[in-house]
Amino acid sequence: MSDLIHKSAAELAQLINSKQVSSVEVTSAFFDRSEKLNHKTFSYLHLNRENALAAAKLADQALAAGKVHSPLHGVPIAVKDVLVTKDAPTTAGSKILEGWMPQYDATVVVKLREAGLPILGKTNMDEFAMGSSTEYSAYGPSRNPWDLQRIPGGSGGGSSSAVAGRLAPLAIGSDTGGSIRYPAAVTGSVGTKPTYGAVSRYGVIALASSLDQIGPVTNTVLDAALLQDVISGHDAKDSTSLPNSLGSMAEAVRNADFKGLRVGVVKQLSSDGFQAGVSERFQDTISKLTANGVEIVEVDCPSFEYSVAAYYLILPAEASSNLAKYDSVRFGMRILPEGNPTIERVMAATREAGFGPEVKRRIILGTYALSSGYYDAYYGSAQKVRTLIQQDLAKAFAKVDVLLTPTAPTTAFKIGEKVNDPLAMYLNDIATIPANLAGIPGISVPNGLAKEDGLPSGVQILAPAMQDAQAYRVAALIENLYKAEWGDYLISQAPDLEALNV
Amino acid sequence: MSKEQLMPYEKAIEQFEVVIGLEVHVELNTKSKMFCGCKNEFGSEPNTNVCPICIGLPGALPSVNKKAVESSIAIGLALGCDIAKTCRFARKNYFYPDLAKNFQTSQYDEPIAFGGKLSIELADGQSFNVEIERAHMEEDAGKLTHVGGSTGRIHGADFSLVDYNRAGVPLVEIVTKPIFGGGDKAPELAAAYVRAIREIVKTMNVSDARMERGNVRCDANVSLRPKGQEKLGTRTETKNVNSIRSVESAVRYEIQRQAHILANGGTIIQETRHWHEDRGYTSSGRVKSDAEDYRYFPEPDLVPVEPSADWVESIRAALPENPEKRRKRLSAEWGFSELEFRDVVNADLLDVIYATVEAGAKPQAARKWWSGELARIANAENKSVEELAITPAQVAEIQTLIDSGELTDRMARDVVAGVLAGEGEPRAVIEQRGLKVVSDEGALIAAIDLALAAQPDVLEKIREGKLQAAGAVIGAVMKAMGGQADAARVRELVLERAK
Repeated sequence: MSDLIHKSAAELAQLINSKQVSSVEVTSAFFDRSEKLNHKTFSYLHLNRENALAAAKLADQALAAGKVHSPLHGVPIAVKDVLVTKDAPTTAGSKILEGWMPQYDATVVVKLREAGLPILGKTNMDEFAMGSSTEYSAYGPSRNPWDLQRIPGGSGGGSSSAVAGRLAPLAIGSDTGGSIRYPAAVTGSVGTKPTYGAVSRYGVIALASSLDQIGPVTNTVLDAALLQDVISGHDAKDSTSLPNSLGSMAEAVRNADFKGLRVGVVKQLSSDGFQAGVSERFQDTISKLTANGVEIVEVDCPSFEYSVAAYYLILPAEASSNLAKYDSVRFGMRILPEGNPTIERVMAATREAGFGPEVKRRIILGTYALSSGYYDAYYGSAQKVRTLIQQDLAKAFAKVDVLLTPTAPTTAFKIGEKVNDPLAMYLNDIATIPANLAGIPGISVPNGLAKEDGLPSGVQILAPAMQDAQAYRVAALIENLYKAEWGDYLISQAPDLEALNV
Repeated sequence: MSKEQLMPYEKAIEQFEVVIGLEVHVELNTKSKMFCGCKNEFGSEPNTNVCPICIGLPGALPSVNKKAVESSIAIGLALGCDIAKTCRFARKNYFYPDLAKNFQTSQYDEPIAFGGKLSIELADGQSFNVEIERAHMEEDAGKLTHVGGSTGRIHGADFSLVDYNRAGVPLVEIVTKPIFGGGDKAPELAAAYVRAIREIVKTMNVSDARMERGNVRCDANVSLRPKGQEKLGTRTETKNVNSIRSVESAVRYEIQRQAHILANGGTIIQETRHWHEDRGYTSSGRVKSDAEDYRYFPEPDLVPVEPSADWVESIRAALPENPEKRRKRLSAEWGFSELEFRDVVNADLLDVIYATVEAGAKPQAARKWWSGELARIANAENKSVEELAITPAQVAEIQTLIDSGELTDRMARDVVAGVLAGEGEPRAVIEQRGLKVVSDEGALIAAIDLALAAQPDVLEKIREGKLQAAGAVIGAVMKAMGGQADAARVRELVLERAK
């Protein structure tokens, strides 16, 4: 059943539910492919066939007993290695956690298990989710299934390459400044950062607590919606989780229509600095919407200019504190330095050996930004920018239902191209960061291939906080317009991974 | 490290004005910890009351214990503070192995309670108003035990053990404004303040308030300035002051130490100092490399705490009577002498006596039990009276039986021993041990006649009016009755039969 791997998660769920195929068969198909091809994309850090098949078997048994745990019952999934799992080592892409077996499951992992989704494995990522390419993973970079010489985006490049390479029908990602949406854009897949608090962060290894959000990585908008419905909801273990349900995203996708839709284009994120082919794709999306009677309004968000700067103060500040626990005392790597191993020296030696360069860079930045005498100028000012961005967005959303931007300034760049230029790397997230600073939902949907390099491009839909359904509605509309043009999802145009060589 | 040179206390007080500031940490007695569901329990096996949250495992997140917030608000209200309409937790960042996350979740610039005051009475009746700056919530750290080396301190130790059972236990830190004008009474005032805080939180039952277990801990700030000088002197902060007596001694020591330095042209270093209980001195604390800058910022994993006005008012309405007021009221009601009452307060017996009186015993009788027999037993077993296996209600019941003549004092002590030995309720002990006053007067009279006949000289003395001689006969009768007779009635009967 090798054609199983070409099906969407919704289609697979349908086949499983109608007992045309078992969860064990589906899980095995993705497993066989992953074992064969993971060396090409390096999507997974850890694969566990035994556990996945055991879960698939349980899903099949439940189904035989007439129990369907969720609309994705039996469909296997890949989980970013930033979520703790008690049956698989969890590293967050760092050497400092190499081999660490958590004692507990993240809330999202619990929900996946309860919903009957077998977990295929843990996907690669930039160390502690710091990066846009997976090149900062301590275990080596993942590769883009469209071109193995290129990055699959980051930090969630393991999840995006797994889904785009069809090593998994679904994946979970985490998005602090674009780590779901940017990889989705450069791999031609769909990625959602839900409203802050829509999905529990309990058991998510924290990068920046006030920005982190968990979300779906899929090949279709409906799959993303179905997955968000499975993983979202209030969690008493996460104080920042929203008290109320945001409704069904799948329903929003199925009922999507153009009626009365008003779309905003952000002046600051519509032309300058974007690759020509990416801009061209964006204009194409706008033209298609206009042709369908959608009103397009240009909106001004002047504070967006400061978003990257504010982000690179808030994120390192919170990260410097969140990463303090990696000290060798209770878990993880422990390095005994030569000479007298006092606790300070052991902690220092462990952190020196265990953290990679980008992590160290951000810890130093954050420690500095929080220091006495600098707090107001840096962290304090950055928090003010955050408020200003929220005000810009509130004004914009008074006029329009959603905002559209290109998700990424360029298509996937070559591995090694930006790894020694942190500033260039940071600018990949210029369009995605404002959503994290403001806590609003954002979805990246494929809008074609850039003409100069034939690589995927994505369009980002931003909606007001808690109106994730509105973002899904527009994502579905755009996906439908392109599906009508191409005859299938963009992912169907991806090269045959089996024929590609590293 | 040895003692430094000190100036005689009287001389120090003559030359300098003493300014103190006190930070009291109160461990709350909530069932669970501040940010997780682990048991808040003293004395468990090390590292058994722990979970991913309180040992700071990757991915774990805190949630605020509502009961701890309630207790913190109650403490704030009892100290006359305003309660914040909204306040946040903050992270206090520093590396230390007793701190699971290498930051302490605390409150920084937004305490739950602020701006209170507490009236403190000294032994001579003088009253001081201590102003409270703030009371804020935070979590306790784990407990370190340094193994090897001679000092028990981290320096020179071979290794250290960490017990995270205490990590995440809810604390309220109560901070005073600088306290001026204590003069020679400053050390006594400091101790009286800590005693008052301890009494308040104990009365409210928000803390077990046992200083020997670290439920109440005090950091004492002391600075001196030459009399007449406006500018405050440099202060030191003495930590690890864990008994009320030590608070007084530590403040006194710092006054004398600083006075000697200042009088000899030296300068005081602003530093943390450690109090050595055993030898009664303070020593310079190790300066942590990053102790200067805790890089506070609002805890992003928690939402602001916003106690509603209704909630605060319901907590206020449920506050118990202020201990000082209660003391004054009870002192008047019970009619103890000033000395008796002070002894009761100092021995921490107010609550048990109160409960015993509530259960029906007369105040003097209740006092005698708890400060006499029961205090003696508790002392011998190295326990507090509350830890004895007898309740105030049981004591009251036993006393009632004495009052009604069903038990003699000696038999009552037997009953107490029986209850303490776990033989059951007083009635059951009386039954089992066969403790019953002999009220059959015929049997008593027969025994008395026999004893009088055996001691004709005594009979003679009684008849001569030397009534104290009757004791010998009474003793003999009591012995004959196996102690189970009412001695007063026996005496009456002896005198009657001797006529």
